[in-house]
Amino acid sequence: MTDTQPETEASVTIVVDGQEVAARPGELLIDACERAGTYIPRFCYHERMKPVGMCRMCLVEVDTGRGMGLQPSCMIPVAEGMTVDTQSEITKKAQDGILEFLLINHPLDCPVCDKGGECPLQDQTMAYGPGESRFVEEKRHYEKPIPISDTVFLDRERCILCDRCTRFAKEVAGDPLIHFQGRGNQTEVNTFPDEPFSSYFSGNTVQICPVGALTAKPYRFKARPWDLEETESTSVADAVGSRITVQSSRNQVLRYMGVDSDPVNWGWLSDKERFSFEAFNSDERITEPMARSGGDLEPVSWGAAIAAVGDALKNTDPSRLGIIGGARLTNESQFAFTKLAKGVLGTDNVDAQLGDGLPAELVLGLPRATIDQACAPGGTIILMGPDPKETLGALFLRLKHAAVEDGATIIEVTPHRTGLGQYAAHHLHPLPGETAALAAALVAETPALDTAGVSADAITAARAAIAGDGPVTVILGRASVAESAAVIADAALSLTSIPGVRFLSALSRSNVHGALDMGMSPGLLPGRSTLASGTANWPNTPSTAGMSTAQMLQAAADGSLDTILLLGADPISDFPDTDLAERALANATVIAVDLFETASTDHADAILPAAAPQEADGSFTNLEGRVTKISRKVTPPGTARPDWIIAAELAMAAGGDLGIESLDDVWAQIAAVSPAHAGIDTASLDANQRDGVVVEGTLDLPAASGVSPAVADAYAYRLVVSRRMYDAGTILANSPSSAHLASGTALHLHPVDFDALGLDRGAEVTVSSATGSVSLPVEPSGDVPRGVAAVPANQGDIVVGTLIAVGDVATNVRVERGDS
Amino acid sequence: MARFTPDNLELAHEIISRYPRKKSAVIPLLHLGQEQDGYVTNEAMEHIAELTEVTAAEVIGTCTFYEMFKTHPVGKYVINVCTNISCQLNGGEELLEHLEETLDIRSGGTTADGMFTIEDYECLAACTEAPCMQVNYRYFHRISNDEVDGVLSDIRSGKLADTIPEHGVLQRVRQTIPAGKLAGIAPPETVVDAPVWMARNEPILAARAAAKAAEEAAAANKATEATEANEKGDA
Amino acid sequence: MATNAYVPHAAGYVDNEGPKIVSSRFVHDDAFLLERSLATGGYEGLKKALTMAPVEVHDIVRDAVLLGRGGAGFPAGIKWGFCPPGKWPMYLVVNGDESEPGTYKDRLLMEMDPHQLIEGCLIACYALGLSQCFLYVRGEMALAQERIAHALNEAYEANLVGKNILGTDFSVDVVLHWGAGAYIVGEETALIESLEGERGMPRLKPPFFPAAIGLYGQPTIVNNVETLSNLPWIMVNGADEYKKYGSETSPGTRLFAISGHVKRPGVYEAEQGTTTFRDLIYGDNFCQGMKGDDELKMFIPGGASAPWFFPEQVDLPLEARPVGAAGSMLGSGAIVIMDESTDAVKACLRVVRFFARESCGKCTPCREGTTWEETLLRRIYDGHGRPGDLEMLLDIADNISPGPYPGAAWEEQGVEAIPFPPKQTTICPLGPSSVAPITSALRRFRDEFEAKIPQRTSIPVSAS
Repeated sequence: MTDTQPETEASVTIVVDGQEVAARPGELLIDACERAGTYIPRFCYHERMKPVGMCRMCLVEVDTGRGMGLQPSCMIPVAEGMTVDTQSEITKKAQDGILEFLLINHPLDCPVCDKGGECPLQDQTMAYGPGESRFVEEKRHYEKPIPISDTVFLDRERCILCDRCTRFAKEVAGDPLIHFQGRGNQTEVNTFPDEPFSSYFSGNTVQICPVGALTAKPYRFKARPWDLEETESTSVADAVGSRITVQSSRNQVLRYMGVDSDPVNWGWLSDKERFSFEAFNSDERITEPMARSGGDLEPVSWGAAIAAVGDALKNTDPSRLGIIGGARLTNESQFAFTKLAKGVLGTDNVDAQLGDGLPAELVLGLPRATIDQACAPGGTIILMGPDPKETLGALFLRLKHAAVEDGATIIEVTPHRTGLGQYAAHHLHPLPGETAALAAALVAETPALDTAGVSADAITAARAAIAGDGPVTVILGRASVAESAAVIADAALSLTSIPGVRFLSALSRSNVHGALDMGMSPGLLPGRSTLASGTANWPNTPSTAGMSTAQMLQAAADGSLDTILLLGADPISDFPDTDLAERALANATVIAVDLFETASTDHADAILPAAAPQEADGSFTNLEGRVTKISRKVTPPGTARPDWIIAAELAMAAGGDLGIESLDDVWAQIAAVSPAHAGIDTASLDANQRDGVVVEGTLDLPAASGVSPAVADAYAYRLVVSRRMYDAGTILANSPSSAHLASGTALHLHPVDFDALGLDRGAEVTVSSATGSVSLPVEPSGDVPRGVAAVPANQGDIVVGTLIAVGDVATNVRVERGDS
Repeated sequence: MARFTPDNLELAHEIISRYPRKKSAVIPLLHLGQEQDGYVTNEAMEHIAELTEVTAAEVIGTCTFYEMFKTHPVGKYVINVCTNISCQLNGGEELLEHLEETLDIRSGGTTADGMFTIEDYECLAACTEAPCMQVNYRYFHRISNDEVDGVLSDIRSGKLADTIPEHGVLQRVRQTIPAGKLAGIAPPETVVDAPVWMARNEPILAARAAAKAAEEAAAANKATEATEANEKGDA
Repeated sequence: MATNAYVPHAAGYVDNEGPKIVSSRFVHDDAFLLERSLATGGYEGLKKALTMAPVEVHDIVRDAVLLGRGGAGFPAGIKWGFCPPGKWPMYLVVNGDESEPGTYKDRLLMEMDPHQLIEGCLIACYALGLSQCFLYVRGEMALAQERIAHALNEAYEANLVGKNILGTDFSVDVVLHWGAGAYIVGEETALIESLEGERGMPRLKPPFFPAAIGLYGQPTIVNNVETLSNLPWIMVNGADEYKKYGSETSPGTRLFAISGHVKRPGVYEAEQGTTTFRDLIYGDNFCQGMKGDDELKMFIPGGASAPWFFPEQVDLPLEARPVGAAGSMLGSGAIVIMDESTDAVKACLRVVRFFARESCGKCTPCREGTTWEETLLRRIYDGHGRPGDLEMLLDIADNISPGPYPGAAWEEQGVEAIPFPPKQTTICPLGPSSVAPITSALRRFRDEFEAKIPQRTSIPVSAS
């Protein structure tokens, strides 16, 4: 289907327009011809979907052994000796005919149609079609356009009924919410009334639509393709690192498009990856350094800001200085800040994760899988992490494909059913706090017992799947911030006993994997090495491991940490224990480097404005450890500048010198300290734009903490707080097309638990834990197991973090009627 | 304008159980919904989606492909008049015109009192009996204009109540399969082996294979004998 | 014949005093009741089949050269042999979606003798190891659904269907399924799609030949109602007896429906191959000649998809091969007779309109082309045609079905007819079927078309 399959020994010889061509066995004729340089026009065919042979545009004369005849080349696998004539009179007449037919009901919208200039119908009509249409009758009419979701508009008059969009929705995304309706000439694409096309992947249909029938609200009428400049880059919306093009006009980014990277995203993007760039264009961006004077944040000059912040950093005892965040930075900026902290300022209190991830040593120490390895045909995938459909959209599409098309077996080991549940063969939902016990049971050799709320039968069945042929990959992440990381870490360590097992990280926040690789974690140095190894050779490298985010916040709340530098981090919104975060930031001096004001920057004494990814060159490390280039396309607003430059200036102001004046300098330094990144520099990143370079290298695994399972409380529910694709996060909140898509906070209970309350859907209940209580509307959900109270994180309306005490193995909650 | 009533829901489950895959029941369930409400409502389609485990978009996609499913209210009596070639040759169009005039509506429309809808229909498979029409899918053959008038008034007066049910009711006799008599309906992926009675083929197929092998061996022998004979002859 | 009274069942069958293989019980009004069926030899064929091995039953059907009665005319015994060995389960889908204009026989069989059909299904399932049978009945045939439902209920009750039929190890469920109004669903892959709960849009062949990849992706035999209704008689009487009727290449009888401008339109069971069109149209046992004073102008030999024939073809036998060689198709045995009073343009328009309304919409040339053809023809018929429209119409038809189109009318112009079926740019033959009336009418009666086109230089465009 795509271009980068490995060359196999066997090849099939076909004859295309009189020339012999070597094709791959099983290849579709349309692809074989294209690879040989003969493009056959098409509309309904898409390389990443099953061919359907509907539009008939790819008809060519083919001799499959019974004489030449017109056949759709997208439906024919090559066979030895097959003869194709793409230039014959009959072929050309068929092409003319099909294009004429397509155009007879097509409106003459080109002057007002977004697609004009990048339109396959235009292009193929020019190249393969008749010069004029003979149609003088009345065309088909529909109301135009209609919104089929908040983001996508449908113009049915333009639609050529190629079925790409509905096939994508069903076959790729698994959300068949749009469908052909009517019959014959009256056929149209539409949704069910009042059920919009609210798929997380709807934006892909706009990209693959071969005409302007589907348009995206964020881009409608904004530009013409010939106005646009573009560069290929990497999405930073989550940790998949999907390949994108960034398109801009007059120094404003107008659109992202998916690029087909064979090892990663296959051209697809989640809507969050596609549309959240709007935040970077927002008027709310901080454009000047700000300093608090008299209670308000006022703009100041860079000189003054850097001097003040540098002083603050210099004058803080390294052990009383903490740096939280860094996942939003490019690899180079992460290195710069790590060097600033650990090399110049001498503090190891650096943590890019916000208490909602997993120990860095675990992630870097486990044997790593690539996405291709995880999706190996016939393999087994153990999902022990967050719902990929919500947090890592493009990865979800790959995993779904592996299960549905390639015979992969998915075993869910999650606190509740996920978007992959429909495609999973096994559903194990251990009670929060007891995941480690279940993992141990999965690899034990003694007969299975009921464990962690999962039946012995289910465990036995899952064991059989794990023991089967094919590689085993664990998708490992933190499904719920109401369950401690230690439990998941122990679970992962149990699973390392599976022969040949590999792990694919499902930490999801942007470039968190780059941060870990650059040592933004206590006890680590850049290049997947430990503080103890001392490889950095920096002047002031601390000798003992520093504090994690949780510890830093605790220390700040206690008064033993004075200054916190927030790097694109918002602990008040993202740290599981909201109260602690608030107390900590209220107590400490807070300096922020960020794009926007956030709940956390309300406590900041100074904010330094950073450049967004589309505004500065750099690189990104995805969850496979794949490093790909991020390319600058537009200038930052105001005087915002790249993070690594800020780090270099702060170092100067703090009396040190990073020795960095360019990205080349950064890479030279990285290479010097990190064997894992050997061979990577700006040149090699340029040369490997599409597929990047995978970083190798591991740490020693940490020991299991042996954390005890949570104590069962017969009257309580176990709380699960998990991420959704849309929430009140800063980037989404500042992207107009996506801002309102957060679902809002609600409590989801198993239908039997819900019925026991005797309430209507949406009624208020009080959820209380040892640390606090909140009032929430309650809903039944078939995805939630008995005894579990599931709540989405960070929806911006109700703060659930008051229920959680960080470090607790699990959070027990009571659920009571709101009026009691 | 609703989801299935309890009785219909029970029937729906029985219908679904007759198919190896649930989605196959969508069309019969759409008929059931139309029978219940006189036309196919959105709520019925949503309920069908739940029962067959597909999305409502898929149900409406299937529903709108087929002419018999009306997604808006129609008259109690839907009159289909065939105007296809065999009927056109023998007065089908005239019949349609007569109905349009008599009821004062165009084809596709419904009378103001909600009694009749007329449709210009395609071949009804009664070609030798032209002109023909259906009222709620019950046939009238070789029908003259006067006879049509008679039918309309009979319907109005209730004389044909036993013969012609209201729109949506198709079969008044349903298939029921007693549980004990069911051979067994299973999803295809659960069926691995040949049905048991096919074992009767084994001795016959084995005998045929043996006979064929023997024949081939005999032919091969003959060929070698012939070659040997030739060689002897040459020697 | 029956008058305005609601007819208790399909009328139109006329006893032509010929052999009765499938219509033997039509003389009874209650043949749909098990009691009558059993009393007249019902299920004897099944009982006989059960005494043999399944493969022996298959052999008999193959020997009998039972040709498919759905329109394609493919030998059933050979189609049965296409299923790959060992891929279970396999299904039988009965095509009872009779919608081809002019065709009227399956409805008769379903309403008047459903037990015969059920018996035929059972014989087929037994012969091939088919696990379940789906009887797909056209949605508009309410009475047929009732009769079949009733018959199936009786048959289940009497252990003739379901678990352990007649106390043997043969078990199969026969499920009545009903359609909802779409001609295209009569195409076998569209039928399967519809049975899966989808829109009835045909699948591409290759690769989706039902015998290889059919219902739910499993090997599936799709047989016509009439084809299966022949099986009981063949089992009881044997293949050799069957071959005594009809011709050598097309043995047996068929139900032919003759409609249009004849004295006695009706459904007749006649021997294939030995009977000619002339026999049917003019024979005393059959339609007894033209209805009025007008002579025969043209006739459709095999359903609306068939190119038209003219008086010079009247002596052709009712057999697929000679009819095909003459440039048309015997199809579903539906013959529509048109006399001199028929407006060729109007008849052509009506048939094209049918195909345009019934197009499923999946592929471009049919979806757009058939509607364009209809609109053009209507404009011409209404007197708003332009010079050049006729050539354009033929060219549009060529873009749906390329190459010189076979048609009996070619003989007049001294051009050889090309063997049927035509080439197609479409997925299924519906699009090319719309071309049949156009080339037939336009090439033979071009003067009628031209007469409707005013010789003006400007034309108002009609709104459709």
